[in-house]
Amino acid sequence: MEYFKNIFHALYTIFVGMKITGLHLFEKKVTMQYPDLVHPIRDGLLPPTERNRIAVDMDRCNGCGSCARACPVDAIDVEMVRVVPGDEVPLFYDGTPIKTWVTKYTIDFAKCCFCGLCIEACPTEANRMTAEFEYSEYQRDKLIYHFERLTPEEAEEKKRKWDAYQAEKKKADAAAKSQKNETGN
Amino acid sequence: MESLNFVYDLLGKNIVAYILLALLPMAFLLPYALVAILGELKISAWIQERLGPMRTGWKGVLQPIAEVVKLLQKEDITPAAVNKPLFNLAPFVMFAGAYAAYAVIPFSSKFVPVNINIGLFYVFAISAFGVIAIVMGGWASNNKYSLLGAMRAAAQMISYEIPIAVAILAIATLAGSLDMQEIIYQQGGGFWNWNIFGGPGAITKIWVIPFTVTLFLIYFIGSLAETNRVPFDIPEGESEIVAGYHTEYSGMKFAMFFFAEYSNMFIVSAIITILFLGGWQSPFGDFLNGPVWQAFWFVSKAMLFVFLQIWLRWTLPRLRVDQLMYVTWKVMLPIAFVAFFAVALWAMIK
Repeated sequence: MEYFKNIFHALYTIFVGMKITGLHLFEKKVTMQYPDLVHPIRDGLLPPTERNRIAVDMDRCNGCGSCARACPVDAIDVEMVRVVPGDEVPLFYDGTPIKTWVTKYTIDFAKCCFCGLCIEACPTEANRMTAEFEYSEYQRDKLIYHFERLTPEEAEEKKRKWDAYQAEKKKADAAAKSQKNETGN
Repeated sequence: MESLNFVYDLLGKNIVAYILLALLPMAFLLPYALVAILGELKISAWIQERLGPMRTGWKGVLQPIAEVVKLLQKEDITPAAVNKPLFNLAPFVMFAGAYAAYAVIPFSSKFVPVNINIGLFYVFAISAFGVIAIVMGGWASNNKYSLLGAMRAAAQMISYEIPIAVAILAIATLAGSLDMQEIIYQQGGGFWNWNIFGGPGAITKIWVIPFTVTLFLIYFIGSLAETNRVPFDIPEGESEIVAGYHTEYSGMKFAMFFFAEYSNMFIVSAIITILFLGGWQSPFGDFLNGPVWQAFWFVSKAMLFVFLQIWLRWTLPRLRVDQLMYVTWKVMLPIAFVAFFAVALWAMIK
């Protein structure tokens, strides 16, 4: 009797299993076609320790380079020149004039390790973390982000002006020195 | 006897007609294999609430073509320690056996490649090619896992052939013929005349229905074992013996084994359709029963069983070796004998 009970139990459980899998066949699928749709994690579901792409607010940047020095992987590259007297003065986000032009500010996100040390280092709170995490590229060059306010031509212009000013100052200094030497003798 | 073959009607009996006849099942088999692979991928995905392949073509329908191209591109490795002639021959023997069975499969009343009067016996005999090929491949691979898989396959397939043989014998007794076309003709006139419902006969046939349904189940379970499908996939149990008899095969030779497995799935589904579900007969008697519709009914019924096999694959776990032997020798065989005697008794008195 045990024998027949076993057989019927086996058949019965097979049908139970097939019913379960058969129902799952028509159930709503849990897969999300990820790159084709906006991931729901963007709707405020990002974890508190999120690490995303860094953005730099150039209205707040004075080109001090603290972030570049803090960066453990040398992903940040900052260059600045001081304002030549008489030239137009860049304004801070609140309208106060600052004394530097930032001629280059790039972050290489191929190198960036998202530690956030640049954010901590920034004295003017220009660096911040965004919610953007989907920015893969096919070329590495495209991962180098430029944040300059100036166009490359303008940046060249500023640099040239600063160099000219420096050269002039040097010449004037040299002239003053030679004059001093003359009078001294 | 009326013509059974539209190819002979069109071309006469000449060499072109013979070649065409030999190639026609292939013209069916290739698209079928693509559909079956896609079905396997999609159904397995849907049962697990995944989407399955979605990137190749519309909803991933071109995925099987990509898989075939991938297999064609793969390097065909012949390991140094193998027995080369046998190793290279085994996939072809496997496929030849699987394809040879198509010679007698009646797709419609107007198309059966070769109509021989012992068609069932032929299919049963030719299916033994699979065992030879698996043992050949497993032994020639010179790998313990391949050999283990081959030994398991031989034990399993030979054991399960016996209840299958009894089930076929019962239907042959009921129909009084081993000719597939004859068996199908007898099941004409609506689904209540199918052999699963005791074949044609008076209302008194009702007592024999449980026995024919039992035989149907026995044949179906046995056919799963014949094709090494889950839950009888112990010859290629991935978690135990790597991939069983085809561990050492790669590229096109592996594809031949793979193709033969899908081809065998259709063969056993076709045989179960012919034996128990009226073959190409329409379920509604003479309604929609033209030669083309017959091919449609036949392929639909067979594909239903292919679907069922895939469904079962994603439902049941693999059997243990001792459970496998228990099921065939202690459960299926005695029950098959009892059902066989009941059906034989009915065939005698009806």
